[in-house]
Amino acid sequence: MKRTLLTGNAAAAWGMRLAGVDYLPAFPITPQTEIIETVARWIDTGEIDCRMVTLESEHSMITAAGAAAATGVRVFSATSSQGLLYGMEMLYTVAGWRAPFVLVNVSRGLSSPITLEPDHNDIFAARDSGFLQIHCATCQEVLDSIILAYRLAEDERVRLPVIVNLDGFYLSFTREPVEIPKSETVARFLPPFDPGNVRFRASEPVSQAVAVLGGGPYSYFRYQAHLAAMNATSVFEEIGKEFEEFFGRGYGSLETYRSDDAELVFVMLGSFATKAKDAVDRLRAAGQAVGLVRPRLLRPFPADAFRQALAGKKGVAVIDQNLSAGSGGILHRELTAALYGQPETPPVLASFIGGLGGRNIGPEDFFGIAAETSQAIAAGKTPPPRLLFSEGELKDVRQLQAIAGISPEKPGRDA
Amino acid sequence: MSETRFQSLKDLPAAHLLGTGTAMCAGCGALEALHGIYDILGEKTVFINAAGCMTLLSVYPYTPFRGSWLYTAMASAPAGAQGVRDALDILLEKKRIGPEDDLQTVVLTGDGSAYGMGLSATSAAIERGLDFLYICYDNEGYGNTGHQSSGATPHGARTATCKGGHGFGGYKKDLFAIWAAHRPAYVATVVGAEPLDLARKVEKAKAMQGPRLLIALAPCPTGWDYDPRETVKIGKLAVKSGVWPLKEYIGGKTVHTKLPRKRLPVEEYLKTQGRFTHLFEPQRDEQTIQEIQARVDAYWHEFDG
Ligand SMILES: Cc1ncc(C[n+]2csc(CCOP(=O)(O)OP(=O)(O)O)c2C)c(N)n1
Ligand code: SF4
Ligand SMILES: [Mg+2]
Repeated sequence: MKRTLLTGNAAAAWGMRLAGVDYLPAFPITPQTEIIETVARWIDTGEIDCRMVTLESEHSMITAAGAAAATGVRVFSATSSQGLLYGMEMLYTVAGWRAPFVLVNVSRGLSSPITLEPDHNDIFAARDSGFLQIHCATCQEVLDSIILAYRLAEDERVRLPVIVNLDGFYLSFTREPVEIPKSETVARFLPPFDPGNVRFRASEPVSQAVAVLGGGPYSYFRYQAHLAAMNATSVFEEIGKEFEEFFGRGYGSLETYRSDDAELVFVMLGSFATKAKDAVDRLRAAGQAVGLVRPRLLRPFPADAFRQALAGKKGVAVIDQNLSAGSGGILHRELTAALYGQPETPPVLASFIGGLGGRNIGPEDFFGIAAETSQAIAAGKTPPPRLLFSEGELKDVRQLQAIAGISPEKPGRDA
Repeated sequence: MSETRFQSLKDLPAAHLLGTGTAMCAGCGALEALHGIYDILGEKTVFINAAGCMTLLSVYPYTPFRGSWLYTAMASAPAGAQGVRDALDILLEKKRIGPEDDLQTVVLTGDGSAYGMGLSATSAAIERGLDFLYICYDNEGYGNTGHQSSGATPHGARTATCKGGHGFGGYKKDLFAIWAAHRPAYVATVVGAEPLDLARKVEKAKAMQGPRLLIALAPCPTGWDYDPRETVKIGKLAVKSGVWPLKEYIGGKTVHTKLPRKRLPVEEYLKTQGRFTHLFEPQRDEQTIQEIQARVDAYWHEFDG
């Protein structure tokens, strides 16, 4: 099997190329830009037949993407962080249009403070928008997920836009060996987009996205979108299996790693989960029955799959690379809601926040998380959420503060 | 203008194409203009709308349009037009639809969107040479939200956010000049009360390619505070007083299409609307009236002189 070294961004570009995309509305932002530059080059050399337009903002970009999908062409777009939030009004809007297209988000921490490095607050901000979300941990998964995402988005039981998420830097700029599927095989797996009756044609006038009066019709359409998103759970399992028949790589809504016989399970999203895998191996070597569960689908939320994967475990440690200020880790909240009151629910569901703005989560962090969760299991009580931060890091910040002329002894904004 | 098929009022369509029974207020000047425009544009159109009064034209499951419609958001209707236009072009190029299924992409927004929130999306659409028609119905305020001041509100007008003795302190932005500075194919001002001028301009715009933009002054009984039956009269007075110059930008030049030779004093226009009452009662605010007059005079002086 021939494999090519590709960055996550290049893998994303390959995914859109193989999907036979007609239209790409674009806007630059680090660390996503390499995707649209790669596609632009292919358009220039005539390697692909796609129209690309650079809009003046992500708000306009997502409007144009949704409008083109609602006219009946296959659309791809990409953004990151501030861009995703700038387009937020339109994420909700075009999802409500039931306009199926694929948007890649290269996760990056949100301002303030402004940073280029990754975490998941950007993508979690889009959590309730109506877009489905597929999260990737490897460059291969980025390419494959884009192809899967078109099948999912365009499926008549679903018809919703999909975000494929990859982490900035750790995936976007990291080269990994990737198998690039044959375009003929992809064309068989992913037939041309059939817009059905949702499209603009002079011979069949249609009004899309019209206003409603009253809560009845409003609720009806919102419920419709929700039920369609719920359908996506089984549709994803179905096409994930079909994908395996075509390409030899299967995808389910969860990835599990040594979790079957584990007593303690880490739950993590995205590329940092590969760090957790390494920690699982080390902890196993040290005699601890630890495993990992990584959701690929965040929307729809794979609640049943989680319940099955975590049934009977003694403890779960959810490591969130996001922070909902005033609440805590968002994935932890979602998982708690899915597990509470279910048979064989793990008695301890601990929350850890880490990896913000690209902060590493190292083996020592995972060992600490495992130890703390084990203590909680012994005590029979879930501990309060913990923010991962080391003495060394605090010392570094203090040094920066000293340079900035700020004394932590004086009352300031430090909590 | 000899090539026009609209030589006199008799040449205008006898029946309107846009359906009736919409939620617009009685005497709505925006709807008046839209009727005139739609009669000429016809049903091979997709209207891409931004948040505003006209959003309530199409309320599920009804629409007065015989063609298509897409509601977007307040800021990005031109970007919606970009997506639809590009998609139609792709479908035509790849022969997935025939030319008979092509549509004119028409943006429909209020002034709040056109002069403010949507200006950058419009500027970029023009700069990309998007083949579309933009209709801004200018009721000089955020009408749908209760007529607060917008970038199009004229000096001295009372609005929901300027209820003080002097009304709105700012000055109406010159959107015509801003749009024309982009050198699009066509820009024109119109008003529903001058249907012949309007029809000729829409006819002309319809036949062209590239960015074509219309600003329709839209007398608004609700926001401007006057009896709905006065809409046509007020529209005509706006032209006759020189407050609303009817003009077009074409081929790099701006031409007036109707010259108010003997301009009526602006107060004839101002007096018709409750939003300017404070300029006349309880005392006459001579200074503001004169200032408004002087600005109108200065505008015309440039062209008269
Ligand atoms: C992003 C956003 N902000 C605010 C609004 C609320 N809003 C709806 S219509 C409107 C006024 C629009 O004014 P204009 O474009 O002049 O149209 P009109 O209401 O006068 O027809 C406003 C502020 C909105 N829909 N979207
Ligand atoms: S508020 Fe004014 S512009 Fe809006 S519908 Fe009523 S009359 Fe027309
Ligand atoms: Mg308005």
